[in-house]
Amino acid sequence: MLTILFDGVAYGMLLFILAVGLCVTLGLMNFVNLAHGAFAMAGGYLTVIMMNRMGISFWWCLPAAFIFSALLGAFLERTLYRRLYDKSHLDQVLFSIGLIFMSMAAVDYFMGATQQIVNLPPYLTGRIEIFGAQVGVYRLFVIAVCGVLAIGLQFIIARTRFGSQLRASVDDGRVARGLGIDVTRIFSLTFAVGSGLAGLGGALGASILSMDPFFPLKYMIYFLIVIAVGGATTITGPFFASLLLGIADVGGKYFVPVIGGFIIYTIMVAVLIFRPEGLFTRGKRR
Amino acid sequence: MSVVLETKNLVKRFGGITATDNVTFSLPSGARHALIGPNGAGKTTFVNLLSGVLPATSGKVILNGEDITEWTVRDRSRAGLARTFQINQLYPDLTPLKSVLIAINERENAATSWFPRLGSRSDLVDEAAALLTRLNLGERMHERVGSMPYGLQRLLEIAIALASKPKVLLLDEPAAGVPEGEREQILDVVAALPDHVSLILIEHDMDLVFRFAKTLSVLVNGALFVEGTRDEIANDPRVRQVYLGEEVIAHG
Amino acid sequence: MSVVDKDAAAPAAASASPAAPAAKQSPSWRLLLDAKWRWYEFAFWLCAAASFWVFPRKLMLLSEIFILGLLALSIDLVLGFAGLVTLGQGAFFGIGAYAAGLMAQAGMGAAPLSDPLLGLLVAGLVAGLVGFATSFLVLRGSDLTRLMVTLGVALIVEELIVKFKDITGGSDGLQGVLSSPVLGLWSFDLFGYTAFWYSLTVTFVIFLFCRRLIHSNYGLSLLAIKGNPLRARTIGMPVNARLVSIYTIAAAIAGVSGGLLTQTTQFASPDMAAFHRSADALLILIFGGAGYLYGGLLGAVAFRVMQDFLGNITPQYWLFYVGLVLVLLVLFVRGGIIGLMMAMRDKISPRDDKDAGGRQ
Repeated sequence: MLTILFDGVAYGMLLFILAVGLCVTLGLMNFVNLAHGAFAMAGGYLTVIMMNRMGISFWWCLPAAFIFSALLGAFLERTLYRRLYDKSHLDQVLFSIGLIFMSMAAVDYFMGATQQIVNLPPYLTGRIEIFGAQVGVYRLFVIAVCGVLAIGLQFIIARTRFGSQLRASVDDGRVARGLGIDVTRIFSLTFAVGSGLAGLGGALGASILSMDPFFPLKYMIYFLIVIAVGGATTITGPFFASLLLGIADVGGKYFVPVIGGFIIYTIMVAVLIFRPEGLFTRGKRR
Repeated sequence: MSVVLETKNLVKRFGGITATDNVTFSLPSGARHALIGPNGAGKTTFVNLLSGVLPATSGKVILNGEDITEWTVRDRSRAGLARTFQINQLYPDLTPLKSVLIAINERENAATSWFPRLGSRSDLVDEAAALLTRLNLGERMHERVGSMPYGLQRLLEIAIALASKPKVLLLDEPAAGVPEGEREQILDVVAALPDHVSLILIEHDMDLVFRFAKTLSVLVNGALFVEGTRDEIANDPRVRQVYLGEEVIAHG
Repeated sequence: MSVVDKDAAAPAAASASPAAPAAKQSPSWRLLLDAKWRWYEFAFWLCAAASFWVFPRKLMLLSEIFILGLLALSIDLVLGFAGLVTLGQGAFFGIGAYAAGLMAQAGMGAAPLSDPLLGLLVAGLVAGLVGFATSFLVLRGSDLTRLMVTLGVALIVEELIVKFKDITGGSDGLQGVLSSPVLGLWSFDLFGYTAFWYSLTVTFVIFLFCRRLIHSNYGLSLLAIKGNPLRARTIGMPVNARLVSIYTIAAAIAGVSGGLLTQTTQFASPDMAAFHRSADALLILIFGGAGYLYGGLLGAVAFRVMQDFLGNITPQYWLFYVGLVLVLLVLFVRGGIIGLMMAMRDKISPRDDKDAGGRQ
């Protein structure tokens, strides 16, 4: 029981790191990047290549995945995404579905359709006992890393100058612009960092989540649920939404495998209908 | 004179801001009433409350003796309350003829007929065309609305509101942003509105206000500041102070 | 369907009015022109029928093109005319596919239960019913909410199809679905003769219905909602009821197209309700051009021809090209194929009258 909770928390934390970039960019620019999962996939596959083919240590893979995905994100933001800010949500969705399809086919081409296995360093595998429950060491590691990241992010957003500019821009882009905040620059930076975090999440999750070409499509739904439940105005909302989703998903698959995904989709639709701005948002603004 | 539209203690709050502050107001039938006030006085909010675009926080809106506070925009429209918007709310990809026909179809419950072709109700189409001709839009009724000059779009905004044959018409700054050369056309249309239509005019332009309005209300900070006839308001020193002062000077 | 049927029975139906023949150049005459058949429309349907003799060995592919076109047409009704975005039309396609499939299986391939037309009717009804029930979910919220809600509904439907193994056959789908001969005369054959004419006819009949719907007062009111929902409300339009009705109709049509696919391929699978089905159908419509009625059909032709060509070279990487087309469409081509054609026509022969006719 406790093990499942623990697994769920680890999974949820991972989801948060994967999705947080998407939430912030959505809140900031009202831009829907469904292809966010492709950046996570990039990080995951980079890890696979570095570890399995080049034999580089897992510890180097994590920062490499972050930097690689961040650069990829920054590049695409500059060249492609920027053109879509003033277009409709439909256009943005079509565009990012297009990117998903292309990334899926590209990964299939270079790496094949089969699921990739990552061999973790031995000291990260195995289980230890905490509070009488069997807990995977790697899951513990994931929770620790994601926890530190989440606290760091919250600190940046709450305490730094960049964070306050970011919050102002999310609250009201026009006013922020009027105050002389360079919203476009903030967005580029946030997009890159968000993509990087997704890449890092992909690297961390390469051994937990199944890393195959369908990754961006499969996790797109999870990201959307995190947004639907958590809203896109804070990062605490998505954080709790991710945790909830992680626990519900792991628990649901364990206890009621028959209905599995069904519950989650239903929750998403229900939340969208009754609280279109997310469960964990600050209530109605304005 | 009988009252067509009234509000009782109408309040609208946005968070901590009170945009409409306890407004009790009545509009006699056939009125030519202007609602003026400095920027941010809550004029548009008040019109939005009347037309149902915004829900009221408290208080009542009464149309022809019926409490319509909880009614939808649609029901109010069908009960004879029409409005124009300060910022054009048109169908940019349609033609003026179709834009007006849409409103007439709704009024006549003809909009759900799905088999007969568009234009087969020639009586309704002719009415739309006649209305447009009356508003000097007849020549251009087949053009694309989005590519028409702004002044004509403002006229069409009025035409669409008239198409539902309203008893009360709320005009939210009908001449706002219209270039000087096209203004006169709009003023003529407003002047020629039939007597049985009761009119509330929101306007910044004092020329327009004093030309058409017989009675005025001055709104300040969301509350009714003073009401009266044209002359009373024009000579009220308090009004001059809060509002007209600068305007009168500005207009020489 | 029910919503519109009831509306049509209202006394105000236009046929009740004195329908004096509209004088030439009168405003009514100008409006009636909108619904006139143009030469290129005749050409399109003649080509569709002629393809039977031109590509006699591709009949199954052609019939699938009609079916995909019909699915895209159903999206066009909601997106192109009422301005409602949806990413879940595949849900109704899948529901229709299974409804028709289960009907045919219940009849063991013999009339009356396995009658294909009855199957389509049931497919349309069931999908329309589900469409009606879920239409209330898309009335509120932004485009983004709608996209997510429709996507969510489609995912739920797919999940249900997979999970209710006993009825649907789970992920294996329904195999060997046999229908009785169409009208008791033409049975489905290996070469797709019957499938071709059957799909073409059904698609054409439904197209005629949609065309009439769009060129009516009802259709005009949909355009008003797409153009400006706030204005539509303030002139007294019951916007929500209109959206519910068109969403329901579109769902029913998607259901019929799903039923068609099951009947002609004798097979139904959860794949028919999958995300990529909805995405493909939307892509097909955007590719062809939304808001012209023909966009879905033209898009389906282009899409399947492209798939047949590129997919044969590198079947695995077909998805890459689909993605590329989507990206390029969004970035560079407004209005899809039809938009391009109209832009070219305007370049070659700029129209002298500043008429806003054609696409509205």
